Amino acid sequence: MSKEREPLFSAKNRKLITNPLHVDNPITVQVLGICSALAVTAKLKPSFVMMLSVIAVLTLANVIISILRNGIPPRIRIIVMLTVIASLVILVDQVLKAFVYDVSKQLSVFVGLIITNCIIMGRLEAFASANKPWPSLLDGFGNALGYGWVLIAVGFTRELFGSGTLWDYQIIPQAFYDIGYQNNGFMILPPMALIVVGIIIWIQRARSPQLIEEN
Amino acid sequence: MYSNAYIFRYAAIMVVVVAAVLSSAATFLKPMQQRNQAVDKMQSILAAAGKYDVSVDEAIPIFNEFITNMIVIDQDGNILDDYTGDKKEESEAFNINLKTELFNKSQNRDYRLPMYVVDNPDGKIYIIPLLGAGLWGPVWGNIALGEDFSRVLGVTFDHKSETPGLGAEINTPSFQNQFNGKQILDDQGRFVSIQVVKGGVSNFPANVQKHKVDAISGGTITSNGVNDMIENVLESYVPFFNKQG
Repeated sequence: MSKEREPLFSAKNRKLITNPLHVDNPITVQVLGICSALAVTAKLKPSFVMMLSVIAVLTLANVIISILRNGIPPRIRIIVMLTVIASLVILVDQVLKAFVYDVSKQLSVFVGLIITNCIIMGRLEAFASANKPWPSLLDGFGNALGYGWVLIAVGFTRELFGSGTLWDYQIIPQAFYDIGYQNNGFMILPPMALIVVGIIIWIQRARSPQLIEEN
Repeated sequence: MYSNAYIFRYAAIMVVVVAAVLSSAATFLKPMQQRNQAVDKMQSILAAAGKYDVSVDEAIPIFNEFITNMIVIDQDGNILDDYTGDKKEESEAFNINLKTELFNKSQNRDYRLPMYVVDNPDGKIYIIPLLGAGLWGPVWGNIALGEDFSRVLGVTFDHKSETPGLGAEINTPSFQNQFNGKQILDDQGRFVSIQVVKGGVSNFPANVQKHKVDAISGGTITSNGVNDMIENVLESYVPFFNKQG
Protein backbone atom coordinates (compact mmCIF):
# COMPACT_ATOMS: atom_id res chain seq x y z
CA MET A 1 0.00 0.00 0.00
CA SER A 2 1.04 3.52 -0.56
CA LYS A 3 1.78 5.93 2.25
CA GLU A 4 -0.94 7.08 4.57
CA ARG A 5 -3.51 9.44 3.02
CA GLU A 6 -2.93 13.08 3.66
CA PRO A 7 -5.74 14.64 5.73
CA LEU A 8 -8.01 16.93 3.69
CA PHE A 9 -7.06 19.98 5.67
CA SER A 10 -3.44 19.25 6.47
CA ALA A 11 -1.18 22.15 7.35
CA LYS A 12 0.10 22.18 3.77
CA ASN A 13 -3.41 22.32 2.35
CA ARG A 14 -4.50 25.02 4.76
CA LYS A 15 -1.60 27.13 3.57
CA LEU A 16 -3.00 26.90 0.02
CA ILE A 17 -5.93 28.95 1.23
CA THR A 18 -4.24 31.25 3.74
CA ASN A 19 -1.12 32.18 1.74
CA PRO A 20 -2.99 33.94 -1.08
CA LEU A 21 -4.86 35.97 1.50
CA HIS A 22 -1.70 37.60 2.72
CA VAL A 23 1.92 36.78 1.88
CA ASP A 24 1.15 35.47 -1.60
CA ASN A 25 -1.80 37.70 -2.45
CA PRO A 26 -2.49 37.72 -6.20
CA ILE A 27 -3.10 41.47 -6.36
CA THR A 28 -0.86 43.05 -3.76
CA VAL A 29 2.11 40.69 -3.97
CA GLN A 30 1.97 39.05 -7.39
CA VAL A 31 0.37 42.16 -8.92
CA LEU A 32 -1.97 40.17 -11.16
CA GLY A 33 -5.56 40.98 -12.05
CA ILE A 34 -5.01 44.70 -11.50
CA CYS A 35 -7.09 45.74 -14.50
CA SER A 36 -10.32 44.24 -13.21
CA ALA A 37 -9.52 45.56 -9.74
CA LEU A 38 -9.51 49.05 -11.23
CA ALA A 39 -12.56 48.59 -13.40
CA VAL A 40 -15.19 47.15 -11.08
CA THR A 41 -14.43 48.68 -7.70
CA ALA A 42 -16.20 52.04 -7.94
CA LYS A 43 -18.99 50.50 -5.85
CA LEU A 44 -19.09 47.75 -3.26
CA LYS A 45 -21.82 45.66 -4.87
CA PRO A 46 -20.14 45.00 -8.23
CA SER A 47 -16.90 44.25 -6.36
CA PHE A 48 -18.71 41.60 -4.34
CA VAL A 49 -20.43 40.08 -7.38
CA MET A 50 -17.07 40.01 -9.16
CA MET A 51 -15.51 38.22 -6.20
CA LEU A 52 -18.22 35.55 -6.21
CA SER A 53 -17.91 35.02 -9.98
CA VAL A 54 -14.14 34.72 -9.82
CA ILE A 55 -14.40 32.26 -6.92
CA ALA A 56 -16.78 30.11 -8.96
CA VAL A 57 -14.80 30.24 -12.19
CA LEU A 58 -11.30 29.91 -10.70
CA THR A 59 -12.21 27.04 -8.38
CA LEU A 60 -13.96 25.07 -11.12
CA ALA A 61 -11.33 25.80 -13.76
CA ASN A 62 -8.57 24.73 -11.38
CA VAL A 63 -10.34 21.42 -10.66
CA ILE A 64 -11.09 20.70 -14.32
CA ILE A 65 -7.55 21.44 -15.49
CA SER A 66 -6.17 19.41 -12.62
CA ILE A 67 -8.29 16.40 -13.62
CA LEU A 68 -7.22 16.75 -17.26
CA ARG A 69 -3.59 17.59 -16.43
CA ASN A 70 -2.06 14.30 -17.54
CA GLY A 71 -3.80 14.28 -20.90
CA ILE A 72 -3.31 17.86 -22.02
CA PRO A 73 -0.64 18.11 -24.74
CA PRO A 74 1.83 20.76 -23.47
CA ARG A 75 2.00 22.48 -26.84
CA ILE A 76 -1.67 23.46 -26.78
CA ARG A 77 -2.14 23.72 -23.02
CA ILE A 78 -2.78 27.48 -23.01
CA ILE A 79 -5.53 27.10 -25.61
CA VAL A 80 -7.08 24.26 -23.62
CA MET A 81 -7.03 26.38 -20.46
CA LEU A 82 -8.55 29.36 -22.23
CA THR A 83 -11.29 27.15 -23.67
CA VAL A 84 -12.10 25.80 -20.22
CA ILE A 85 -12.18 29.29 -18.68
CA ALA A 86 -14.23 30.81 -21.48
CA SER A 87 -16.76 27.96 -21.45
CA LEU A 88 -17.15 28.20 -17.68
CA VAL A 89 -17.69 31.93 -17.86
CA ILE A 90 -20.31 31.59 -20.60
CA LEU A 91 -22.00 28.82 -18.65
CA VAL A 92 -22.07 30.89 -15.45
CA ASP A 93 -23.47 33.82 -17.43
CA GLN A 94 -26.21 31.70 -19.03
CA VAL A 95 -27.25 30.19 -15.71
CA LEU A 96 -27.37 33.61 -14.05
CA LYS A 97 -29.46 35.01 -16.91
CA ALA A 98 -31.96 32.18 -16.54
CA PHE A 99 -32.28 32.05 -12.76
CA VAL A 100 -31.11 35.33 -11.23
CA TYR A 101 -31.61 37.93 -13.92
CA ASP A 102 -30.91 40.83 -11.54
CA VAL A 103 -27.47 39.55 -10.66
CA SER A 104 -26.70 38.90 -14.30
CA LYS A 105 -27.52 42.52 -15.09
CA GLN A 106 -25.06 43.53 -12.38
CA LEU A 107 -22.41 41.26 -13.86
CA SER A 108 -22.86 42.32 -17.47
CA VAL A 109 -19.52 43.94 -18.20
CA PHE A 110 -17.48 41.80 -15.84
CA VAL A 111 -18.10 38.54 -17.64
CA GLY A 112 -15.55 39.43 -20.29
CA LEU A 113 -13.18 40.65 -17.62
CA ILE A 114 -13.23 37.26 -15.88
CA ILE A 115 -12.01 35.53 -19.05
CA THR A 116 -9.09 37.93 -19.30
CA ASN A 117 -8.28 37.87 -15.59
CA CYS A 118 -4.62 36.86 -15.49
CA ILE A 119 -4.96 35.36 -12.01
CA ILE A 120 -7.02 32.53 -13.46
CA MET A 121 -4.56 31.72 -16.24
CA GLY A 122 -1.75 32.11 -13.73
CA ARG A 123 -3.17 29.59 -11.27
CA LEU A 124 -4.05 27.09 -13.99
CA GLU A 125 -0.56 27.25 -15.41
CA ALA A 126 1.36 27.46 -12.14
CA PHE A 127 -0.65 25.17 -9.91
CA ALA A 128 -3.51 23.15 -11.39
CA SER A 129 -1.52 21.70 -14.27
CA ALA A 130 0.91 20.08 -11.80
CA ASN A 131 -1.24 19.21 -8.77
CA LYS A 132 -4.09 16.92 -7.78
CA PRO A 133 -7.72 18.09 -7.91
CA TRP A 134 -8.25 18.65 -4.17
CA PRO A 135 -5.21 20.89 -3.58
CA SER A 136 -6.10 22.66 -6.85
CA LEU A 137 -9.59 23.34 -5.55
CA LEU A 138 -8.16 24.84 -2.35
CA ASP A 139 -5.60 26.85 -4.28
CA GLY A 140 -8.25 28.23 -6.64
CA PHE A 141 -10.57 29.09 -3.79
CA GLY A 142 -7.77 30.72 -1.78
CA ASN A 143 -6.50 32.83 -4.63
CA ALA A 144 -9.98 33.98 -5.60
CA LEU A 145 -10.58 34.92 -1.98
CA GLY A 146 -7.27 36.76 -1.81
CA TYR A 147 -8.28 38.64 -4.95
CA GLY A 148 -11.74 39.21 -3.54
CA TRP A 149 -10.80 40.80 -0.23
CA VAL A 150 -8.64 43.39 -1.94
CA LEU A 151 -11.53 44.14 -4.31
CA ILE A 152 -13.92 44.53 -1.38
CA ALA A 153 -11.49 46.76 0.49
CA VAL A 154 -10.99 49.00 -2.53
CA GLY A 155 -14.72 49.03 -3.36
CA PHE A 156 -15.55 49.90 0.24
CA THR A 157 -13.16 52.86 0.31
CA ARG A 158 -14.13 54.19 -3.09
CA GLU A 159 -17.88 53.97 -2.59
CA LEU A 160 -17.78 55.44 0.92
CA PHE A 161 -15.69 58.46 -0.03
CA GLY A 162 -16.72 58.74 -3.68
CA SER A 163 -20.49 58.44 -3.35
CA GLY A 164 -21.13 58.62 0.41
CA THR A 165 -22.93 55.28 0.22
CA LEU A 166 -22.23 51.62 0.93
CA TRP A 167 -24.06 48.91 -1.02
CA ASP A 168 -26.13 51.81 -2.42
CA TYR A 169 -27.36 52.81 1.05
CA GLN A 170 -26.60 56.35 2.17
CA ILE A 171 -23.98 56.23 4.94
CA ILE A 172 -22.75 59.78 5.23
CA PRO A 173 -25.62 61.73 6.83
CA GLN A 174 -27.26 64.64 5.05
CA ALA A 175 -26.13 66.91 7.92
CA PHE A 176 -22.52 66.54 6.73
CA TYR A 177 -23.46 67.77 3.25
CA ASP A 178 -25.41 70.64 4.74
CA ILE A 179 -22.29 71.94 6.49
CA GLY A 180 -20.26 71.73 3.31
CA TYR A 181 -18.95 68.17 3.04
CA GLN A 182 -18.49 67.04 -0.58
CA ASN A 183 -18.15 63.57 -2.07
CA ASN A 184 -14.67 63.12 -3.51
CA GLY A 185 -15.34 62.82 -7.24
CA PHE A 186 -11.78 61.65 -7.81
CA MET A 187 -12.55 58.50 -5.80
CA ILE A 188 -14.90 57.13 -8.45
CA LEU A 189 -12.35 57.51 -11.24
CA PRO A 190 -10.04 54.56 -12.02
CA PRO A 191 -6.72 56.24 -11.03
CA MET A 192 -7.89 56.38 -7.43
CA ALA A 193 -8.31 52.60 -7.41
CA LEU A 194 -4.64 52.30 -8.26
CA ILE A 195 -3.76 54.63 -5.41
CA VAL A 196 -5.95 52.70 -2.96
CA VAL A 197 -4.35 49.42 -4.06
CA GLY A 198 -0.97 51.11 -3.59
CA ILE A 199 -1.89 52.12 -0.04
CA ILE A 200 -3.00 48.56 0.73
CA ILE A 201 0.35 47.25 -0.58
CA TRP A 202 2.16 49.85 1.51
CA ILE A 203 0.35 48.91 4.73
CA GLN A 204 0.82 45.21 4.02
CA ARG A 205 4.56 45.55 3.44
CA ALA A 206 5.09 47.82 6.40
CA ARG A 207 3.53 45.20 8.64
CA SER A 208 5.16 42.12 7.09
CA PRO A 209 8.92 42.56 6.68
CA GLN A 210 9.26 39.19 4.90
CA LEU A 211 7.60 40.78 1.86
CA ILE A 212 10.31 43.39 1.42
CA GLU A 213 12.86 42.46 -1.22
CA GLU A 214 16.54 42.92 -0.49
CA ASN A 215 18.37 45.16 -2.85
CA MET B 1 5.94 13.16 -25.93
CA TYR B 2 2.63 13.70 -27.62
CA SER B 3 2.27 13.09 -31.34
CA ASN B 4 0.69 15.59 -33.67
CA ALA B 5 -2.17 13.19 -34.31
CA TYR B 6 -2.87 13.09 -30.57
CA ILE B 7 -2.88 16.88 -30.36
CA PHE B 8 -5.32 17.18 -33.24
CA ARG B 9 -7.56 14.47 -31.78
CA TYR B 10 -7.44 16.12 -28.38
CA ALA B 11 -8.31 19.56 -29.77
CA ALA B 12 -11.10 18.18 -31.95
CA ILE B 13 -12.71 16.25 -29.11
CA MET B 14 -12.39 19.21 -26.76
CA VAL B 15 -14.06 21.55 -29.24
CA VAL B 16 -16.94 19.14 -29.83
CA VAL B 17 -17.50 18.55 -26.12
CA VAL B 18 -17.41 22.26 -25.30
CA ALA B 19 -19.72 23.11 -28.20
CA ALA B 20 -22.19 20.44 -27.11
CA VAL B 21 -22.20 21.59 -23.48
CA LEU B 22 -22.59 25.28 -24.34
CA SER B 23 -25.22 24.88 -27.02
CA SER B 24 -27.35 22.52 -24.94
CA ALA B 25 -27.11 24.90 -21.98
CA ALA B 26 -28.15 27.78 -24.24
CA THR B 27 -31.07 25.79 -25.67
CA PHE B 28 -32.40 24.57 -22.33
CA LEU B 29 -32.12 27.93 -20.62
CA LYS B 30 -33.45 30.04 -23.47
CA PRO B 31 -37.18 30.00 -22.55
CA MET B 32 -36.37 31.12 -19.00
CA GLN B 33 -34.01 33.83 -20.24
CA GLN B 34 -36.60 35.16 -22.68
CA ARG B 35 -39.24 35.25 -19.98
CA ASN B 36 -36.83 37.15 -17.72
CA GLN B 37 -36.11 39.64 -20.48
CA ALA B 38 -39.81 40.21 -21.14
CA VAL B 39 -40.50 40.65 -17.43
CA ASP B 40 -37.57 43.04 -17.11
CA LYS B 41 -38.90 45.09 -20.03
CA MET B 42 -42.35 45.21 -18.42
CA GLN B 43 -40.91 46.30 -15.07
CA SER B 44 -39.02 49.07 -16.82
CA ILE B 45 -42.12 50.26 -18.72
CA LEU B 46 -44.21 50.20 -15.55
CA ALA B 47 -41.52 52.05 -13.57
CA ALA B 48 -41.43 54.82 -16.20
CA ALA B 49 -45.17 55.22 -15.73
CA GLY B 50 -44.72 55.52 -11.97
CA LYS B 51 -45.38 51.92 -10.89
CA TYR B 52 -42.16 51.02 -9.08
CA ASP B 53 -41.13 47.85 -7.31
CA VAL B 54 -43.31 45.48 -9.31
CA SER B 55 -42.11 41.99 -8.38
CA VAL B 56 -41.05 39.48 -11.00
CA ASP B 57 -44.08 37.25 -10.39
CA GLU B 58 -46.63 40.05 -10.62
CA ALA B 59 -45.12 41.84 -13.60
CA ILE B 60 -47.13 40.10 -16.35
CA PRO B 61 -50.63 40.43 -14.77
CA ILE B 62 -50.00 44.00 -13.59
CA PHE B 63 -48.66 44.97 -17.00
CA ASN B 64 -51.73 43.56 -18.74
CA GLU B 65 -54.06 45.36 -16.39
CA PHE B 66 -52.28 48.72 -16.16
CA ILE B 67 -51.33 49.28 -19.80
CA THR B 68 -54.48 49.70 -21.88
CA ASN B 69 -53.32 50.06 -25.49
CA MET B 70 -50.31 48.69 -27.33
CA ILE B 71 -49.96 50.91 -30.39
CA VAL B 72 -47.75 50.64 -33.47
CA ILE B 73 -47.26 53.79 -35.53
CA ASP B 74 -45.47 54.44 -38.82
CA GLN B 75 -43.07 57.24 -39.74
CA ASP B 76 -45.94 59.56 -40.71
CA GLY B 77 -47.68 59.19 -37.37
CA ASN B 78 -50.44 56.84 -38.59
CA ILE B 79 -51.62 54.15 -36.20
CA LEU B 80 -51.00 50.74 -37.77
CA ASP B 81 -52.03 48.49 -34.92
CA ASP B 82 -53.85 49.06 -31.65
CA TYR B 83 -53.97 46.03 -29.38
CA THR B 84 -56.12 46.07 -26.25
CA GLY B 85 -56.37 42.34 -25.44
CA ASP B 86 -55.13 40.38 -22.45
CA LYS B 87 -51.95 38.94 -23.91
CA LYS B 88 -50.00 42.14 -24.29
CA GLU B 89 -46.65 40.36 -24.12
CA GLU B 90 -47.57 38.76 -27.45
CA SER B 91 -48.77 41.94 -29.12
CA GLU B 92 -46.98 43.39 -32.11
CA ALA B 93 -46.03 46.56 -30.28
CA PHE B 94 -44.30 44.67 -27.46
CA ASN B 95 -42.22 42.58 -29.83
CA ILE B 96 -41.07 45.20 -32.34
CA ASN B 97 -37.31 45.10 -32.73
CA LEU B 98 -36.44 48.71 -31.99
CA LYS B 99 -32.88 48.28 -33.19
CA THR B 100 -34.02 47.22 -36.68
CA GLU B 101 -36.60 49.99 -36.90
CA LEU B 102 -34.17 52.71 -35.82
CA PHE B 103 -31.67 51.37 -38.33
CA ASN B 104 -34.35 51.62 -41.04
CA LYS B 105 -34.93 55.19 -39.92
CA SER B 106 -31.24 56.05 -40.23
CA GLN B 107 -31.28 54.60 -43.77
CA ASN B 108 -34.36 56.70 -44.67
CA ARG B 109 -36.47 53.59 -45.08
CA ASP B 110 -40.00 53.04 -43.75
CA TYR B 111 -40.15 52.17 -40.09
CA ARG B 112 -42.68 51.28 -37.39
CA LEU B 113 -42.45 52.25 -33.74
CA PRO B 114 -44.23 51.00 -30.64
CA MET B 115 -46.00 53.01 -27.96
CA TYR B 116 -47.74 51.90 -24.79
CA VAL B 117 -50.72 53.85 -23.56
CA VAL B 118 -52.17 53.99 -20.05
CA ASP B 119 -55.73 55.33 -20.09
CA ASN B 120 -56.57 56.08 -16.48
CA PRO B 121 -58.96 58.64 -14.95
CA ASP B 122 -56.12 61.12 -14.23
CA GLY B 123 -55.32 61.42 -17.92
CA LYS B 124 -53.47 59.39 -20.48
CA ILE B 125 -49.85 58.35 -20.14
CA TYR B 126 -47.85 57.65 -23.28
CA ILE B 127 -44.81 55.42 -22.76
CA ILE B 128 -42.15 55.35 -25.45
CA PRO B 129 -39.28 52.84 -25.45
CA LEU B 130 -35.82 54.29 -26.10
CA LEU B 131 -32.68 52.73 -27.55
CA GLY B 132 -29.28 54.26 -28.24
CA ALA B 133 -25.54 53.82 -27.84
CA GLY B 134 -23.49 54.47 -24.70
CA LEU B 135 -19.73 54.23 -24.33
CA TRP B 136 -19.22 50.45 -24.29
CA GLY B 137 -22.54 49.12 -25.52
CA PRO B 138 -26.22 49.86 -25.98
CA VAL B 139 -28.24 51.98 -23.58
CA TRP B 140 -32.01 51.84 -23.50
CA GLY B 141 -34.99 52.86 -21.44
CA ASN B 142 -38.54 54.14 -21.42
CA ILE B 143 -39.94 57.63 -21.19
CA ALA B 144 -43.48 58.39 -20.03
CA LEU B 145 -45.15 61.53 -21.40
CA GLY B 146 -48.31 63.24 -20.24
CA GLU B 147 -51.39 63.93 -22.34
CA ASP B 148 -49.84 67.08 -23.83
CA PHE B 149 -46.99 64.96 -25.32
CA SER B 150 -44.53 67.31 -23.66
CA ARG B 151 -44.36 66.88 -19.89
CA VAL B 152 -42.16 63.99 -18.77
CA LEU B 153 -43.82 61.90 -16.08
CA GLY B 154 -40.95 59.52 -15.58
CA VAL B 155 -38.01 57.78 -17.23
CA THR B 156 -36.10 54.58 -16.75
CA PHE B 157 -32.70 53.92 -18.27
CA ASP B 158 -30.57 50.85 -18.39
CA HIS B 159 -27.37 49.82 -20.08
CA LYS B 160 -25.48 46.75 -21.11
CA SER B 161 -21.94 47.58 -20.08
CA GLU B 162 -21.36 51.18 -19.01
CA THR B 163 -18.59 51.83 -16.48
CA PRO B 164 -19.72 51.12 -12.90
CA GLY B 165 -19.86 54.25 -10.78
CA LEU B 166 -19.65 56.50 -13.87
CA GLY B 167 -21.83 55.92 -16.94
CA ALA B 168 -23.62 53.07 -15.19
CA GLU B 169 -25.21 55.64 -12.87
CA ILE B 170 -27.84 56.36 -15.55
CA ASN B 171 -29.97 53.56 -14.11
CA THR B 172 -30.10 55.07 -10.62
CA PRO B 173 -33.16 56.96 -9.32
CA SER B 174 -31.10 60.05 -8.52
CA PHE B 175 -30.30 60.51 -12.22
CA GLN B 176 -33.69 59.44 -13.55
CA ASN B 177 -35.77 61.54 -11.16
CA GLN B 178 -34.22 64.71 -12.60
CA PHE B 179 -36.31 64.15 -15.73
CA ASN B 180 -39.65 64.29 -13.95
CA GLY B 181 -41.60 67.41 -14.92
CA LYS B 182 -39.22 68.41 -17.73
CA GLN B 183 -40.67 69.36 -21.13
CA ILE B 184 -39.76 67.96 -24.54
CA LEU B 185 -41.61 70.73 -26.43
CA ASP B 186 -40.89 74.45 -26.09
CA ASP B 187 -43.51 77.12 -25.47
CA GLN B 188 -44.33 77.29 -29.19
CA GLY B 189 -44.85 73.53 -29.26
CA ARG B 190 -41.67 72.82 -31.22
CA PHE B 191 -39.71 69.67 -30.45
CA VAL B 192 -36.50 70.43 -28.50
CA SER B 193 -35.96 67.12 -26.63
CA ILE B 194 -34.13 67.05 -23.28
CA GLN B 195 -30.40 67.54 -22.95
CA VAL B 196 -28.10 66.13 -20.32
CA VAL B 197 -25.71 69.03 -19.65
CA LYS B 198 -22.45 69.70 -17.82
CA GLY B 199 -21.98 72.52 -15.36
CA GLY B 200 -25.29 72.53 -13.53
CA VAL B 201 -28.78 73.16 -14.88
CA SER B 202 -29.23 76.19 -12.60
CA ASN B 203 -26.52 78.05 -14.56
CA PHE B 204 -28.64 78.00 -17.74
CA PRO B 205 -31.20 80.68 -18.63
CA ALA B 206 -34.49 80.13 -16.84
CA ASN B 207 -36.48 79.51 -20.03
CA VAL B 208 -34.38 76.51 -21.12
CA GLN B 209 -33.94 74.89 -17.71
CA LYS B 210 -37.05 72.82 -18.27
CA HIS B 211 -35.28 71.07 -21.17
CA LYS B 212 -32.07 70.24 -19.27
CA VAL B 213 -30.85 67.80 -16.62
CA ASP B 214 -27.44 67.44 -14.94
CA ALA B 215 -24.95 65.01 -16.45
CA ILE B 216 -22.93 62.44 -14.49
CA SER B 217 -19.32 63.31 -13.55
CA GLY B 218 -16.96 61.03 -15.42
CA GLY B 219 -19.75 59.73 -17.65
CA THR B 220 -19.62 62.23 -20.49
CA ILE B 221 -19.86 59.79 -23.39
CA THR B 222 -22.70 57.86 -21.76
CA SER B 223 -24.48 61.15 -21.03
CA ASN B 224 -24.10 62.19 -24.68
CA GLY B 225 -25.45 58.78 -25.67
CA VAL B 226 -28.51 59.39 -23.51
CA ASN B 227 -28.98 62.80 -25.21
CA ASP B 228 -28.79 61.35 -28.68
CA MET B 229 -31.05 58.47 -27.77
CA ILE B 230 -33.82 60.69 -26.40
CA GLU B 231 -33.64 63.10 -29.32
CA ASN B 232 -33.38 60.48 -32.04
CA VAL B 233 -36.26 58.35 -30.77
CA LEU B 234 -38.66 61.08 -29.69
CA GLU B 235 -38.34 63.05 -32.91
CA SER B 236 -39.70 60.01 -34.76
CA TYR B 237 -42.92 60.39 -32.79
CA VAL B 238 -43.38 64.09 -33.56
CA PRO B 239 -45.64 63.42 -36.60
CA PHE B 240 -47.83 61.29 -34.34
CA PHE B 241 -47.95 64.00 -31.65
CA ASN B 242 -48.94 66.57 -34.25
CA LYS B 243 -51.73 64.37 -35.61
CA GLN B 244 -53.12 63.67 -32.15
CA GLY B 245 -52.66 67.17 -30.76
